[in-house]
Amino acid sequence: MADLNTRPNISDADSFYAELMAVHDGLTKTQSDALNARLILLLANHVGDREVLSAALSAAARAAGVER
Amino acid sequence: MTKIFETPLYPYRRSADQDMLRPVRHPVVVIGAGPVGLAAAIDLACRDVPVVVLDDNDKVSFGSRAICFSKRTLEILDRLGCGERAVDKGVTWNLGRVFFDEREVFSFNLLPEEGHKRPAFINLQQYYLEQYLVERAREVAAQGKPLDLRGRNRVEAVGDHGDHVRLEIETPEGPYNIEADWLIACDGATSPMRRMMGLDFVGRVFEDNFLIADVVMEAEFPTERWFWFDPPFNRGQSALLHKQPDNVWRIDLQLGWDIDKEREKRPENVIPRIKQMLGEDAKFELEWVSIYTFQCRRMENFRHGRVLFAGDAAHQVSPFGARGANSGIQDTDNLCWKLALVLDGKAPESLIDSYNWERVYGADENILNSTRSTEFITPKSETSRAFRDAVLDLAEENAFARPLVNSGRLSVPCTYDEGPLNGPDATGLPARTRPGSAAADAPIGDGWLLDRLGEGFTLMAIDADIPDGVEDGGIAATPLRLSATDNPELAARYLGDASGAVYLMRPDQHIAARWTGFDDTAVAAALRRAAGRQ
Ligand SMILES: Cc1cc2nc3c(=O)[nH]c(=O)nc-3n(C[C@H](O)[C@H](O)[C@H](O)COP(=O)(O)OP(=O)(O)OC[C@H]3O[C@@H](n4cnc5c(N)ncnc54)[C@H](O)[C@@H]3O)c2cc1C
Repeated sequence: MADLNTRPNISDADSFYAELMAVHDGLTKTQSDALNARLILLLANHVGDREVLSAALSAAARAAGVER
Repeated sequence: MTKIFETPLYPYRRSADQDMLRPVRHPVVVIGAGPVGLAAAIDLACRDVPVVVLDDNDKVSFGSRAICFSKRTLEILDRLGCGERAVDKGVTWNLGRVFFDEREVFSFNLLPEEGHKRPAFINLQQYYLEQYLVERAREVAAQGKPLDLRGRNRVEAVGDHGDHVRLEIETPEGPYNIEADWLIACDGATSPMRRMMGLDFVGRVFEDNFLIADVVMEAEFPTERWFWFDPPFNRGQSALLHKQPDNVWRIDLQLGWDIDKEREKRPENVIPRIKQMLGEDAKFELEWVSIYTFQCRRMENFRHGRVLFAGDAAHQVSPFGARGANSGIQDTDNLCWKLALVLDGKAPESLIDSYNWERVYGADENILNSTRSTEFITPKSETSRAFRDAVLDLAEENAFARPLVNSGRLSVPCTYDEGPLNGPDATGLPARTRPGSAAADAPIGDGWLLDRLGEGFTLMAIDADIPDGVEDGGIAATPLRLSATDNPELAARYLGDASGAVYLMRPDQHIAARWTGFDDTAVAAALRRAAGRQ
């Protein structure tokens, strides 16, 4: 069983972040939301592992204090 | 032309029961001659259990309603003796196409695996299925089986007397009463029985309306299931086009929540909608139009003493996935052999509780699947719509997204994992035929495995030795000896890595237990357990 990796794992973090912002440049809120949804699905499929995905979902929910 | 659904098929006839001073007692009474009640009646009568069917109508279902019938239903109909007619008349299909906006995003094949007698699905109007069931019921009765179908007999009241039920029935010639040792309520989604007994029906209604139209047209469309998300002709909503026999096409158009149902149903409003979909020049005739709000709910218990609920009366699902009639017929498949054993004194009454366990399990699986489909088709928030559309946008180019597209997960029989009647499993045998599952068909000589399973229990040996008969407490398992040599399908479905196997099959063709070799005590114990005697 693989654990959700929450330690730094992205090389060149600043450029990744800039790229993430850049792809949203000039998009409306609706277009951005759509892009985010596609991105989440692509990344989730890449991860694949159901347990890691569940861990990521609850980590994301927890961070904003909206855990159910 | 008079449509089949306008012709009385089982007109009212006076029954001798109506002239008796005291109510006549019957072993089993079925309320409702829909697909589920009729299947129950045929199954019981073929097991020599006397059965009376009461229906307040005398015709088959008005309009076509259910159109997709699954492989498992066809296999059950084969056992009941009318599978062939359904398949001969039905339209067999495998290919589904999914469209989003103006483009086709992908297509799927239901991949009918080789080596099954029946296809994954056929499309057939519900009225034809009911007609074949009524005719089969007649035929069974003519052969001397105890089946009595009474049209225009409306059940007005029931009284539960512990070991029997009393029914008050209204007919064109006035009321009469009968009694039943067991009552099976197959009286549909609005079940008057449920209401009369004050029982709940918990679940949810989806805030949406669907226009369902059957149109008759000569059209070039192929025999495929076409499903649209957000098409130009029905913006923001979904649509479905599916072929039935006699050039009848099923069209579903999602309409949304805030609509005037009566207005939308009028031909002058329906026809322009359909023209937007099929083209201005399309020539068609409306056969049947209706508007539905879909719901997913079930009764908490399908058994209440001597009253059993089956079909839509017990559970209701939205039609995406074709799980309504298909699961109702599986209810009766599960129930009738158990009732026959109990009435025969060979099994305890508690065997009937396993009907409740297994079919509630099945209903929950169906409700789960159909709720998920409905949520994909009708996203309930902006975010769920964004994800839904993201899946559809990705599906065209990215294979990974296609399994996420949910336009209905089509009905397959459920496996009663952990079911109360399941016996031991053996390691190394294929997962698909584990205890609790419906037996997978396979070719045997010139015929088929499922046709070789009898009305009772079967002890199937594949490249293993078994004795001529196994019996426990008056219940026998009929031996069936097979070899998987030169039969790769049988080997793959039942042996896996093992060199031989022994399977105990229930009368409803579900697998009770299995071993890699015969053991007298183990088989007898499994037989006892499968008959609820332990
Ligand atoms: C638009 C639509 C599409 C569908 N598509 C599919 C599909 O593709 N595949 C599928 O499997 N299912 C489908 N279904 C569901 C399917 O139609 C139902 O699940 C099925 O009809 C249920 O059968 P039933 O015998 O339980 O009830 P019903 O068919 O409703 O029969 C109940 C019977 O009980 C009788 N009755 C009621 N009250 C009394 C009384 N007091 N006394 C005597 N008799 C009484 C009625 O007259 C009726 O004949 C669809 C449904 C709809 C609406």
